[in-house]
Amino acid sequence: MISIKDLTLSFDSDRGRTIVLKEFHLDIADGEFIAVVGASGVGKSTLLRVIAGLVKPTSGTVTRDNPETPGRRPYALVFQDARLLPWRRVVKNVEFGLEGLGLDKQTRRRRALDALELVGLADKADRWPHQLSGGQRQRVAIARALAVDPDLLMMDEPFGALDAITRQGLQDELVDLWQRTGKTILFVTHDIDEAVYLADRVILLAGSPAGVRSTDRVATPRPRQRDDATARHTANAIRDRLSGTVVDGEGI
Amino acid sequence: MARPRALRLSLSLLGVVLFFAVWEALPRLGLVKSMLLPAPSGIPATFWQEVSSGAWGEAVLQSLRHYVSGLVLGSALGVALGVATGMSRTLEDMTNWIVRLLRPIPGLAWVPFAIIWFGVSPTAANFIIIVGVFWINYFSALSAVQAVDRDLIELANAFGHRSPLARLFKVILPASVQPIMAGLRTGLGQAWMAVVAAELFGVAGLGQRMMQASSLLATDIVVVYMITMALLYGVVDAGFVALRDRLLAWKA
Repeated sequence: MISIKDLTLSFDSDRGRTIVLKEFHLDIADGEFIAVVGASGVGKSTLLRVIAGLVKPTSGTVTRDNPETPGRRPYALVFQDARLLPWRRVVKNVEFGLEGLGLDKQTRRRRALDALELVGLADKADRWPHQLSGGQRQRVAIARALAVDPDLLMMDEPFGALDAITRQGLQDELVDLWQRTGKTILFVTHDIDEAVYLADRVILLAGSPAGVRSTDRVATPRPRQRDDATARHTANAIRDRLSGTVVDGEGI
Repeated sequence: MARPRALRLSLSLLGVVLFFAVWEALPRLGLVKSMLLPAPSGIPATFWQEVSSGAWGEAVLQSLRHYVSGLVLGSALGVALGVATGMSRTLEDMTNWIVRLLRPIPGLAWVPFAIIWFGVSPTAANFIIIVGVFWINYFSALSAVQAVDRDLIELANAFGHRSPLARLFKVILPASVQPIMAGLRTGLGQAWMAVVAAELFGVAGLGQRMMQASSLLATDIVVVYMITMALLYGVVDAGFVALRDRLLAWKA
């Protein structure tokens, strides 16, 4: 389990203190798929960066049950842009996080190839990033994150920059990956339908400073249908809370 | 409208032929004294004479020695300090004014000091070359490092490469290879000019041999060394471009 307790982040500037995140609290069970939704700019990405240790919180803690294991990294991030290093071939991009873990070359290569296999790109291992499509690049980014075998896989609007068809394909692939690997996933998106389709729990982050506005459990059994009525109902409820007004569920 | 390839090629060829024809005609027709402008038809014989006497080979070797050592040292210093300054805010602030003061001084303005400090010696030549290529490489490396995508630095942090050295080798250097290479290439030409300039002041090498010939009014020998410089520079530059293209294979 991963426990995020009373996470608060503020920074001081000329115009005084800005509180970005206030007393954020979340317990994530092993193997759980959690989505965080909220308006853009509310601090969803910042939350991921604090958990990943890229930004130091003003107060609060993130703790894991799992002990530090050699050859792994506790957290891995997938960004909205694939963020591949253009000077590395695909397989070397996937090895990026494995370097500096004290693994020998063969182990790194094997684990990178295994991760590429998981996302169905083993045959592209020797390509350069610029030779891949947008969707393939994002799958490489997912492989790079999976390769370090993280306790928590964090994804920051990973499909936001893709076209609708590619996005739906990758959403299904991600669920499939999650079920096969049993990874714990924290998935940030502003697309409420996406969140409800993918996650076990949907956290609505709102307010300024941002805090947990609501938590919805999505009980729909898997495999899910995109037009599932219960899911649509949940999505609409979240949408209403987000906009602060109760309107008819139009424009799903 | 685009000209056909064949036409363009023959025009280029025609230009070269005309150039040599006019050059040959001027002394032949007595329009210019052949002592002032030696006809090109006589150059190969003079070239061979210089080569077989051993003077040519010796001068080339001497110049190359100055060139390579000055170039390597000046480029290495320039790139290293440029990268360091690009990575450290403190260093940047500290050097800011010094750089502004020293930068506008042309490399050749250091000749008096070079001679006072080192005499007319290979060290003096080296010094002038080093100063000449240092700034080019310093600025290209500095701006290259400062232009590295912040997202890639964040990626390095997210995947555990947080020490300055890891950041340097995993992201910063590979990301700035291209502009640094461009600076190095400019330096190749600049250093060659500095070599000749230093040798014109009496340090042994191509430039000195040229000066000796010109004081004896042996203009054909001067031309031989001018051609030699052009050829050597051409070879060095072509070699560098080949090396660069290999290093930047991922761009293709």
